[in-house]
Amino acid sequence: MTMNDKVQPTGHAAASAPPARRRFLKDVAGVAGGAGLLALGAGLYAKQASALPATAIRPPGALPEDDFLAACVRCGLCVRDCPYKTLKLAELGDRVATGTPYFEARDIPCEMCEDIPCVVACPTGALDRTLVDITKAKMGLAVLIDQENCLNFLGLRCDVCYRVCPVIDQAITLERIHNPRSDRHAMLLPTVHSEHCTGCGKCEKACVLPGESAIKVLPIKLAQGSKAEHYLRSWEEKEAAGRSLIGDQVELPVRGLEGKAYGDTRVGPADLPQVPDQAPAYAPAKPAGGGLDSGWKP
Amino acid sequence: MSAHVNAGAAPECQVPPTSVRGAALRGVVARPGREAVEAKGWLRAHKWLLLRRASQLGILALFLAGPWLGWWIVKGNLSSSLTLGVLPLTDPFLVAQQLVAGHWPYQESLLGAGIVLAFYLLFGGRLFCAWVCPVNLVTDAAAWLRRRLGLKGGKTPAGSTRYWLLGFVLVIAAATGSLAWEWVNPVSMFHRGLIFGFGLAWGIVGGIFLYDLLIAPRGWCGHLCPQGAFYALLGRASVVKVAADKRSACNDCMDCFAVCPEPQVIRPALKGVGQDHPLILDADCTTCGRCVDVCGKDVFRITTRFNRSE
Ligand code: SF4
Ligand code: SF4
Ligand code: SF4
Ligand code: SF4
Repeated sequence: MTMNDKVQPTGHAAASAPPARRRFLKDVAGVAGGAGLLALGAGLYAKQASALPATAIRPPGALPEDDFLAACVRCGLCVRDCPYKTLKLAELGDRVATGTPYFEARDIPCEMCEDIPCVVACPTGALDRTLVDITKAKMGLAVLIDQENCLNFLGLRCDVCYRVCPVIDQAITLERIHNPRSDRHAMLLPTVHSEHCTGCGKCEKACVLPGESAIKVLPIKLAQGSKAEHYLRSWEEKEAAGRSLIGDQVELPVRGLEGKAYGDTRVGPADLPQVPDQAPAYAPAKPAGGGLDSGWKP
Repeated sequence: MSAHVNAGAAPECQVPPTSVRGAALRGVVARPGREAVEAKGWLRAHKWLLLRRASQLGILALFLAGPWLGWWIVKGNLSSSLTLGVLPLTDPFLVAQQLVAGHWPYQESLLGAGIVLAFYLLFGGRLFCAWVCPVNLVTDAAAWLRRRLGLKGGKTPAGSTRYWLLGFVLVIAAATGSLAWEWVNPVSMFHRGLIFGFGLAWGIVGGIFLYDLLIAPRGWCGHLCPQGAFYALLGRASVVKVAADKRSACNDCMDCFAVCPEPQVIRPALKGVGQDHPLILDADCTTCGRCVDVCGKDVFRITTRFNRSE
């Protein structure tokens, strides 16, 4: 841009300007253009390289990525004051903006120090000192990303990610659901709650799978969908208003389920019509493996 | 800029006309300082060089003592550091980029930048380049090897390129809202690399060495580096200056021109071109003192800008 600005006057003034001045302007244009190109190259490279790989997590209190890249001077003081050597400065070639601090949870997770020394150490405000309660940190969000290999999803009781969570029972809970495979066991599914998860990565670090973890901390932007704002969640609205917004539902009796709680449509063996004498026309298939049929139906 | 001035300078002084700067740039003087060693002894002919290396390496050692030996005297790196847990120091060049990128840093960062700013404003901006910056070790090595190998020619960009680059660095910071230059800045990258680990940053440092050695004599520090340009601007009114106060003794050996990283700054003071006092006031002078060392006639000395005596 500058090159054009400078070259044009040279052309116009060609007739009147002394050749020395013309050459000077041309030189300036060349120099400015060269410098501009160099800076532009740096800028473009910076823009292109500013995408953070999904496994690189910023320290607690880090400003949103765009602001962070304007604020962090890459001094490493946060790295120096992290007692667990969690944080490191990106080196050229690490795919993280050169010199900026990050950690990889599977490698060394954040131990959620109560005094948050990394934030205290940061002189620039790239790590925001308004974060004083580490449980309010939002470094990322854990996601149980591989439901095919997570042992709890296979019906076992591993629970390790749940046990190690510093915010256990809030950030991560075990949700009990029926195990359709055995049909008579429960599965306890590790379930992360974004409201409380700090993204420390202790769960990812602890996951017992041999290589990659089944639960991973991801940048919140990757881990979370956007909320469907137009959809009112009746239960939340009811809680907020203290009552249902559309009034209580009329409870009509359902034939055959009179003795049950309203809405419970489950059918057990006892609910089936009993035909004691006659052998059934066909035998219901037994579940593979010879398990008992509990008769549970969703 | 000054390069343009002396390009056609007439031989108005009593000494015979010599294209000293050109000769120096072309590396005609392969072993400058020989005469000085004979005249003053090796130690005195390397006094400022040794002091400078001690300063550069000493500062580096302070930063490295922590991670290497567990002596946490200084934490961080040249971009921002904390000494003995109380003294914050921040590179004002970075704070300038931060401000135009739209981030207002914390007080201690501003205070740190203020201290550094005040120091260089007072004593001389490019003291940073000669006495602190680790890249100087690399570019000095390249210049030395270039002289020794007798490499001539090359294509050097104009000395003003760095000021343009400095401007554009700030423009790009504002345009991208980030410290874009820090992705590639060899100065901070080299220092950080030495302390925190290099990755591929060796490539950039090696690139500067080869650029200075093979393509552009004194190309990086003398023509391109926007950080050096920033500090040069700071040093415009600073106190510590080199003076050619015994310039009448000059025998035109050209050794000072050969070693000076910014040879264009010497001529006005030494030859009285465009000024009559013997002070080197050009802000590009890094106050490295190498000209003092290599001069067999003791023409130069480091003094203050108020001392115009000869
Ligand atoms: S909270 Fe503690 S463990 Fe986590 S990054 Fe900061 S200093 Fe390191
Ligand atoms: S202490 Fe702050 S400015 Fe320094 S590297 Fe860490 S986040 Fe960046
Ligand atoms: S990252 Fe894992 S361990 Fe840490 S708070 Fe979230 S769920 Fe708990
Ligand atoms: S010009 Fe740049 S690289 Fe060279 S010494 Fe100065 S700051 Fe360092």
